[in-house]
Amino acid sequence: MTDAVFALTLVLLLLAPLAIAGLALINAGLGRSRSASQSLLGCLAIVAVAAIVFALVGATFTGTQSGGAGHSFLFAGKPWNWLGAGPFFLGGLASALPQSQLALLFEFLAVALAALIPWGSGADRFRLTAGCATAAILAAIVFPFLAHWIWTGGWLTQLGQNFSLGAGFLDPAGAATVHVLGGLSAMAVIWIAGPRKGKFPKEGLSTAMPGHNAAYVLFGCLVALVGWLAFNLAGAILWLHAPLASLAVAALNTLLSAAAAVAATFAVTRARFGKPDASLCANGWLTGLVASSATAALVSPGQALFIGAVAGIFTPLMVELLELALSIDDPSGAVTCHAAGGLWGLLAGGLFAGQPGQLVAQLIGIATLLGLVLPLVYLLFFVLNRFVPFRADPDGERMGMDLHELGGGAYPEFVIHRDESYR
Amino acid sequence: MKYAGLLVMPAGLFLALTALVLFPATPVRTAFVLCGLAVEVLGLGVAVRGHMEIPPENR
Repeated sequence: MTDAVFALTLVLLLLAPLAIAGLALINAGLGRSRSASQSLLGCLAIVAVAAIVFALVGATFTGTQSGGAGHSFLFAGKPWNWLGAGPFFLGGLASALPQSQLALLFEFLAVALAALIPWGSGADRFRLTAGCATAAILAAIVFPFLAHWIWTGGWLTQLGQNFSLGAGFLDPAGAATVHVLGGLSAMAVIWIAGPRKGKFPKEGLSTAMPGHNAAYVLFGCLVALVGWLAFNLAGAILWLHAPLASLAVAALNTLLSAAAAVAATFAVTRARFGKPDASLCANGWLTGLVASSATAALVSPGQALFIGAVAGIFTPLMVELLELALSIDDPSGAVTCHAAGGLWGLLAGGLFAGQPGQLVAQLIGIATLLGLVLPLVYLLFFVLNRFVPFRADPDGERMGMDLHELGGGAYPEFVIHRDESYR
Repeated sequence: MKYAGLLVMPAGLFLALTALVLFPATPVRTAFVLCGLAVEVLGLGVAVRGHMEIPPENR
């Protein structure tokens, strides 16, 4: 890695936390006003817990610092590298290769973003302590395995060498390791914590509980764009070793994917409801960005437009399906934006990458995410819920998480009206 | 129902991995990997269906 590439990657990684900031704003805006302070404090706490736990435990098992060293076993005559092997507590980091240091910094930001995703889905009923505990589990156990398998020489990376499947499973900017992991964790949190009280009454349709601040949500989308550009370009450099000349196209693809997605969601919601829906358009934008995490460095601008447009079309339909047909109360839309958007991006990467066997490699990766990560995360969270209950008590939920958990609201001068959803 | 679906999902993954090891020919391998994914989707469907029952205290 030349000095110029090192400097560029470092600058990109310094901009990447804007993706976290954008997501925090979106989560807060899509929740209720009486939980806004808890939502944003939770974002800070979750980022902090994820970083500390990853430094103490998780980073050892990614093997990033030691250049991808890992533990393997032989099966069917092929090596299966299943766990990374690095020094404990980031020992000797200062003397590691510059590329390894940057890769580790990328992973720190990625694990913080992944841990933040389920927090938004548990809005208005998910306790702060439980949110931090789930972040610790993701950072210590689940994320390190995925990061090693996908980024630092694990068995999914080696599908190309061992089974002639293209270049192995490709996920340059965390569509799988960050977004699908976060989205599936969000699903587990929703299932375990249950819906907000009053969301699905005994009779009639589900109650609409719109976010309290569309301005936060839409501004968060713009802030997230900067962070996503940084993640996508840094990921292309670190994991694909992309030449500098290809980075402008990757940046353009990121923008085009988000743009096509929001335009498609705008059109779909306008056709369905007569007017475009702001929060669904924000979800569409985010889904386009998530899909670009898998594809920005691999596809042409025309393909990025197509990928974004498909993401933007299915986003409002899936949000509606999850809420109305499947009784899934997901205030931030994380299951749609992050899980479904990430899976679509990974599949599209296989469809458009143009290498023989690449589609099968992507399908194997998708099968791993669905078949292993969701059951594992559900099991871990299920056990955790026995010790650290996820859901606030009904009284706390009624008065709002701000008053219940923090003793004060985000908007002390506002008059909170009576909630009509409690019947 | 809740947990049966989640137990079926790893079975789909094992099917996909078995196809990877046993079938070097691309069409058969792809078909079996797709079958593995289909099993996972079925398991997910069962898990979602099982979680649709909402306890009265959460309504």
